[in-house]
Order: sequence, then structure tokens, then C-alpha cells
Amino acid sequence: MTRAHHASAHGAKDGGAAHGAAAPHGTTQGYLLGFILAAALTAAAFWLTASGVLGGPSTTVPLVLGLGLVQIIVHMVFFLHMSPRTEGGWTLMALIFTAVLVVIALSGSIWVMYHLNANMMPMTPDAMRRMP
Amino acid sequence: MTLPSLPVPPSVIASLLSAVFGRLTLNAFPINEPILVATFVVVALAGAGVVGAVTYYRQWAVLWRDWFTSVDHKKIGVMYVVLGLVMLLRGFADALMMRSQQAMAFGSNQGYLPAHHYDQIFTAHGVIMIFFVAMPLVTGLMNYVVPLQIGARDVSFPFLNNLSFWMTAAGAALTMASLFIGEYAKTGWLAYPPLSGAYFSPGVGVDYYIWGLQIAGVGTLLSGVNLIATIVKMRAPGMSMMRMPVFTWTALCTNILIVAAFPVLTAVLALLTLDRYVGTQFFTNTLGGNPMMYVNLIWIWGHPEVYILILPVFGIYSEIVPTFTGKKLFGYSSMVYATAVITLLAYLVWLHHFFTMGSGASVNSFFGITTMIISIPTGAKIFNWLFTMYRGRIRFELPMMWTLAFMLTFVIGGMTGVLLAVPPADFVLHNSLFLVAHFHNVIIGGVLFGLFAGINYWFPKAFGFRLDERWGKASFWFWVTGFYFAFMPLYVLGLMGVTRRLRHFDDPSLQIWFVIAAFGAALIFAGILCMLMQFYVSIKNREALRDLTGDPWDGRTLEWSTASPPPEYNFAFTPIVYDLDAWADMKARGYRRPLDGFRAITMPKNTATGIFIAGLSLVFGFAMVWYMWWLAALSGLGILAVAAAHTFIVDRETVVPVDAIRAVEGRRTRALVLQD
Amino acid sequence: MNMQTFKASDGPGPAFFSFEAEEHEAGASTMLGFWIYLMSDCLIFAVLFATYAVLGRNYAGGPTGRELFELPTVAFNTAMLLVSSVTFGFASLSAQRGKIVATQGWLAATGLFGLTFLVTELREFAHLAAQGAVPQRSAFLSSFFTLVGTHGLHVTVGLIWLLVVMAQTARGGLTEANGRRLLCLGMFWHFLDVIWIGVFTVVYLLGVQP
Repeated sequence: MTRAHHASAHGAKDGGAAHGAAAPHGTTQGYLLGFILAAALTAAAFWLTASGVLGGPSTTVPLVLGLGLVQIIVHMVFFLHMSPRTEGGWTLMALIFTAVLVVIALSGSIWVMYHLNANMMPMTPDAMRRMP
Repeated sequence: MTLPSLPVPPSVIASLLSAVFGRLTLNAFPINEPILVATFVVVALAGAGVVGAVTYYRQWAVLWRDWFTSVDHKKIGVMYVVLGLVMLLRGFADALMMRSQQAMAFGSNQGYLPAHHYDQIFTAHGVIMIFFVAMPLVTGLMNYVVPLQIGARDVSFPFLNNLSFWMTAAGAALTMASLFIGEYAKTGWLAYPPLSGAYFSPGVGVDYYIWGLQIAGVGTLLSGVNLIATIVKMRAPGMSMMRMPVFTWTALCTNILIVAAFPVLTAVLALLTLDRYVGTQFFTNTLGGNPMMYVNLIWIWGHPEVYILILPVFGIYSEIVPTFTGKKLFGYSSMVYATAVITLLAYLVWLHHFFTMGSGASVNSFFGITTMIISIPTGAKIFNWLFTMYRGRIRFELPMMWTLAFMLTFVIGGMTGVLLAVPPADFVLHNSLFLVAHFHNVIIGGVLFGLFAGINYWFPKAFGFRLDERWGKASFWFWVTGFYFAFMPLYVLGLMGVTRRLRHFDDPSLQIWFVIAAFGAALIFAGILCMLMQFYVSIKNREALRDLTGDPWDGRTLEWSTASPPPEYNFAFTPIVYDLDAWADMKARGYRRPLDGFRAITMPKNTATGIFIAGLSLVFGFAMVWYMWWLAALSGLGILAVAAAHTFIVDRETVVPVDAIRAVEGRRTRALVLQD
Repeated sequence: MNMQTFKASDGPGPAFFSFEAEEHEAGASTMLGFWIYLMSDCLIFAVLFATYAVLGRNYAGGPTGRELFELPTVAFNTAMLLVSSVTFGFASLSAQRGKIVATQGWLAATGLFGLTFLVTELREFAHLAAQGAVPQRSAFLSSFFTLVGTHGLHVTVGLIWLLVVMAQTARGGLTEANGRRLLCLGMFWHFLDVIWIGVFTVVYLLGVQP
């Protein structure tokens, strides 16, 4: 019997079931801090875009994208309680795997379609002139 | 002569009819197509026969209670396999028609299949074989075996499992309905726009295609989530990841691929649906649309899909080879890593399906190289199986025979794949019969042979008696020789420049190759008939073929530790695992089966919700195909309502009492004693 | 092959069987399972984002984002969703503390902010349509309406789900099962806010760039 107990005590790591797994939860301060950070990042992004203070798209766009990325992380940490410990690390691994695939699908599609469009979209001179 | 006047003007009747029936009219029924009429008669008679038999033997209540509403992974697994095998007959009928048409249609002979019919046949053949044969068979085996292999009592979400099966069945039913009401898509199995768009395919065919796949896709996706959660969370104590059987590993990676790939298909088909129904400009040739984007997106799904088909089968081989060689698997870790690498790389090769669409040298080179790299881990697996067999004592039972046929056949197919991975070669061979030969080579030689191996291997576990060996061997030899006769000529034809999907040819020198291919198809037909005979004879002679041990092959993994068939709760006591090949370990160390001390076991209850939701989905799909908007709205709301209502059910579990367990386990004890 | 021998109980050697009552508790897989489903939903949005990225400048001579988008409305909507995420967080906290009235209250607040978001978005769509900016006009508009609309559809489903959860909580109290459902809805709701970050950044903020 004791051996069985011993084995199932290891079960939490080896057997896969987190007995009585505590769901990740936040605190009031956590949610408020997340809110403030997210609001600040959002306001910054909107302001940069609306005011155009940094010049053209070549500077504004990467910065706005960066702010968005940081805000996604803020949401993941403060609202979704993303952590390497939840579910034995499987949720984080699933998130990273998904993120990798999203990057591949997005960048791959953009790269491939850019080349396809460049090579395969013949235009009449008339259509060329009317390109937006 | 004056006609009597109607109480209501005809225009009102017409608008009423179209409001109720959408675009469904009497013209939708193909009474002028003799082949379809004949098919309908056969199907109706067969259907009536089945319904009649079930009624005569009063088995409706049993069917409903023990199978249709069951949430037991074993029952659901069997139903998936039955669905797959039934749809194999339909898909193969399409193949026979194409082979015979191509063998005869030369010069002035136009064959017997007009273009509008032939195009539906090759489209349906592809869709059915991939989505309604290979996927259900693979899913069915994973469903049946994985919980047993990890020492669990069921999957993580038994109700979702039941729902997944019925959604797949509903998708198949909708696809089959297109035979007799309306028509199917004529676009090929991936339905590229602009051909599949509203302008060039205004009929119902592409809509049947879309909704059949979307409905089945829900089932597949949920099944993917289910099996990942099961493998991660429900393993027996002591079964760390690196002590899981290889089939479970491949099942895990397959379901990761499913969860990661099927959403892409869902989204792309949804965009095509919007183009067709609402008039958006995603894949049109006007107003900014780009049909090439469809091809790009659909293959981002499509390539992982073929790995979804093959990985479980690699797992099957990894179980069969050690068992029938009497040695443990060579290179377990490298098998696991190879599987993981294939899972990741599957997302980096998709463009090789459209090298010729024009992305240029830099893009083509990148994907050509990644495609060649992905063949390496598969090669590693082949070597591992060979090294396992080396110096083993090989038993040439049917599962092993199928495995050996796979090794030879799949390697040929794989090599032609690497050849196609070279972009300049692909420019010659893309969309030729060489390509058709290649993918049939890997799908039949790889996936199908593996599924037959798996079915022969696990059938005794599922039903308590073996499959008849003579008919099985006959089926095997017909299938293997038939495959080579059917597809080797296609390699030759492809190299000579013959394009795929043609129904007529002008060059008479090609005919001999098509005749040989048709002969091969006839051999395969014999193989299928032998397989059906194998099932029939085995069931008839089941007492003689009975296995009382639960372990007829001297297996190495936990499913063989249970009775055949296993009790509904799988294990009276959850096993504790100390090593790879847990059952072999238990046998080697002289474990003892507990004869008492049972506890009551809580199991999930049956439910009819799955079959209702799937039924409503079928109605919804049909309504959307025929533009019956009121019916679509009603059934759509019905789906939401039933799903929401289901969540209010609190009474979801039933308890298997100790006495029942004692009785079941006692019977097993006596059966085992009889073996001594 | 039969190597089973029969003694009254597990013999010498390691214990091959667990005599524990239940190895796995009901609902242990729910959180992970729902998270995996969310990852698949993420990939649906990835395809829609990819489509927008590729087709989003194909104006076909029609209106552009710069001409159509009104940033103040978008900012307002962003605020609505963000606040609703916080109110849901407070609902989760109340549920953990077993305070059912507070939970229902915060859930209702979440629903109100979510509904405001939806109504505002629908009015935005109507306004666009009135100007001739309909999905059929160009690939840009097709991908805009589909991406933003799919997100809005998810919010709608979330709101319906919210009502169901509130009904179940009212009926059964803060049971473990209802707690799990709340957790899943929470994951869904926060995930929608994450997607919205992508939407307002990529569609609106980048869309108004010259």
C-alpha cells in the first residue's frame, strides 16, 4: 500500500494528473496593475498614431506594433495568469507552440504572397495606372 | 381549352415554394442519370436491408443504448472504424469508375462518364478518402487504443468524444446526400478558387463540399483537444512522458497537429463561404481579391494534414514490429524526437504543393530544402524498425505482413516525394500522374497498410476473437499486388507528361498503361472483397477464433493486460508503471493480478446530446446548401439551445458497483485459468 | 501467452496496481482542454490576420482605412473591452471568495461593458455601410469586416455564455463545476481582449497610416 502511495505521489509529476490542481488566480492589485499598464500602453499607441509626432509610418508602425506586443504580454500575465507552473508547464508550452505557428503562418504568407504577387500579377497599362 | 384558374396566382406559389425550399427544386433529383439511379436503388435496398435486419432482431434499443449514445471511447472507436470502412467502399467505387473510364476513353471512344460527372467523381473520391476514410480510421484507432495504453478509464472529455464522432458522421452524410439531391463539387478535393467561387460554380456542389467539411471539422478539432488533454492528464502513475508507448506519442503529436492545423481549414473555407454567399472579394479576380491566397492558406493546413494521417500509422508500426519480433523497439528516444521534429517541420514545407504557382527561385529553394529535410526523421524511423527486426524472431502474422509491405512500398513513395521536392523536377511533374502515383503510394502504402495492420492487430482486443487468417492473407496479397499494378504505370505515364484528372486521351500508345492500372484496381477490389469476407467469416467462426487471454500476440503495452474485450471501466485497478513497455515489464517481473479488494468505479453516463447536435448540424448544412434560410436559422438556434441545455444537466455519472466488478473480473480469472 | 498467477493479493515485487480510490478527479482536464481549444481559436484569427495583412491594401479604388476609421470610437471600444476584462477579474476573485452576489454583480458589469462594445461596433459597421464601405466593395473591406466581425461574433457568443453562467450560478450556487465554467469563460473573455489588441493595432492604428 505504501508503495502505491509513493508511486502516486510521483504521479503528480510523472502520471500527469495534478491532484487538486489549484487554478491560477489573481489578486485585486494584480488586476488593477494590469489595467493601468494596459491602459497606458493603449493610450501611448493611440497617441503616437493620432499625433504622428514620430514622423512617418516607418518609425510609428514598428513602435505601435511593439507596444501591442508588450500589452499582449501584460494581458497574458496579469489577466490570464500565464506561468510556467500552470498545468505542469503545458499551457505555456501550448502558447509558445501556437505563437511560433502564428509567426510562421503570418510571415510565411506575407513573404510567399509578396513574391507571388510580384511575379504573377500582370496588368494592362491601364490597370497599372489605376493601382491605388 | 381553358385551364381551371388557381385560387392563388402561380407567382405567389413560386415565391412560397422558394421561400420554403430555397433553391431546391425537383430538378435536383438526378432521375435522368442512370448510374445515379442505379446507385440509389442499390443504396436504398442495402439501407432497407440493414434497417430491416436491426428491426427484425429488435436491436434498436441496444444500438441506441450501447452504441449511439455511448460515451465509452471503445465504442466510439469502433463506430469511427465502421464509418471509415463503409466510406472506403464509396470512395473505392469512385476509383473503379475513374480507372475504367480512363482505360477505355481513347480517340473516338468518349467512355461512359461525361465531364460533369467525372469531375464530381474525382473530387468526391479525394474528399471521401481523406476526410471520411483515413481520418475516421486513424481517429478510431487512437480513440480505442490510447486510453488503454496509458492505463486510463476513458478520455478526458467523454461527451465531446461522442459529439466528435457524430459530427464526423453528419459531415459524411451530407457529402453522401449530394449523390442523390443536387450534385457535388467539380473542383478537385481542395476546391481552388476562382473555379470554386460563386461565378464559376454557382450550383450546390461546392456548398455541399464546404458544409460537409466544416461540420466534420468541428468533430475533428474537438477530438484533437480531447486526446491531447487525455494524454497529458490521464496517464497512469509512473508513466512519465518517456515511458509512454510510441503509439501514444504519435497520437499526441498527431492531435497537436490537428489542433494546430484544422482551424486554418475552418477559416479558409469560411472565407470561401463568404465569397460565395455574401459576395466578398477574398479569392475573386476582381476588386482586389487574390485566388493565390487560398492556395497558400489551404496548403498551410494541407501539409500538416498528411502528417496527421501518417504519424499515427508510424506509431502502429512501432507497436507491431517489437511485438512480432520479440524484441523491444530499437531507439525509443530517437523515435520520439523524430516524431516531434516531424510535427514542427510539418509547418515549414507547405509551398512544395504549389512550386509552379510562381513564387520564384528564392521562395521555392527554401521550401524545397525544408521538404528534403523533413524526409530525414522518417528515414530514421525506418532504420529503427529495421534495427528492431535485426536478430529478432519475426512472426509473419498479418499485422507484420502489412508492416513489411509498408516498409517497401512507403519507401518508394517517399523517394518519389523527395524527387518532387526538387523545384525544377516538380515543374515537369506537378499535377501529372507522377504526382498522383506518389501520393497514393504514400497514402495507400503508408496510411492504409498501417490501418489494416492496426485493425488486424487490435481486432482481437476489441472483440475477443481473432480475424480469420486465410481471408486476411488473401486480402493482403490482392491489395499489395493490386497497388503495384494500379500505380506503377502512373509513374511511367506521369514521366511521359500525362496530366491528372483527365477523362479522355488522344494518344493510343498510352492506353496499355491505363489498362494495367485498371487491372490493378480490379485486384484491389478483390482485396476489399476478401477483407469483407474476412470480417464475415471471423464473426461466423468467432468461437473457434476466440481469445480468452486478452494477450494473443504476447504484447508489450498496457492494453494487452485487459480482458478481450475490456470491461467498460478498462482497469479494475489503475496500473502503476515503472518502465517502457509496461505490460512486458509486468510479465517479466511476475506481477500478480489482484483477485479482490475492488472498489466501486464512477463512469460517465450515456447521452443523446451528441447525436442531436450532429443531427441539427446536418439539417443546418443541408439548409445552407439549398438556401433554405428559415431552416438554417431554426436548426442553428437549435444547436445553440441543445448545447446550452446540455450544460444544465448535473446528473452525468453512474457508478459501477463492486459486485458487478467482482463478477466481471471473476469471469476473467476463470477464462485465464482455462488457458492453462 | 499466459504469465498470470493467482494469489489473494499483489505478490512480492513492486506494486503494479494502484488501490487509490480515484486516480483522476472529475474536471481535472477542463482547464487544459479549454486552453488548447483557445489556442486553436488563436490560429483561426491568425489566418484572418494573415488574410488582412495580404489583402488589406487592396482598396480596388474604393475607400481606404485612412478615410474610414474613426480613432476616437476605436479608443472608446478598446476601453470598454479593457474595463470588462478587469470587471471579469473581480468576478473571478469574488467567486474564489465564495461571494455569490458580488460575483453576479461583477459578471453583470462585464456583460454591460461587453454589450456596449458590441453596440458601438455594430453602429460603426452601419455607418461604414451607409457610406458604401461594404464588405463586397474591395478585398480590403472584405478582410476588415471579416476580421473585426469574427471578433465581434466571439464577443457575442461570450455574452450569451455569460448569461448562461449567471443562470447556472443563480441556480446551483458557486459549485466546483460552476467555478470551472467561470474559469473557462474568463480565459475566453481575456483571450478576446488579447485578440482585440491585435485588431486595434494592426487594423486601425496601422490602417490610418499614410
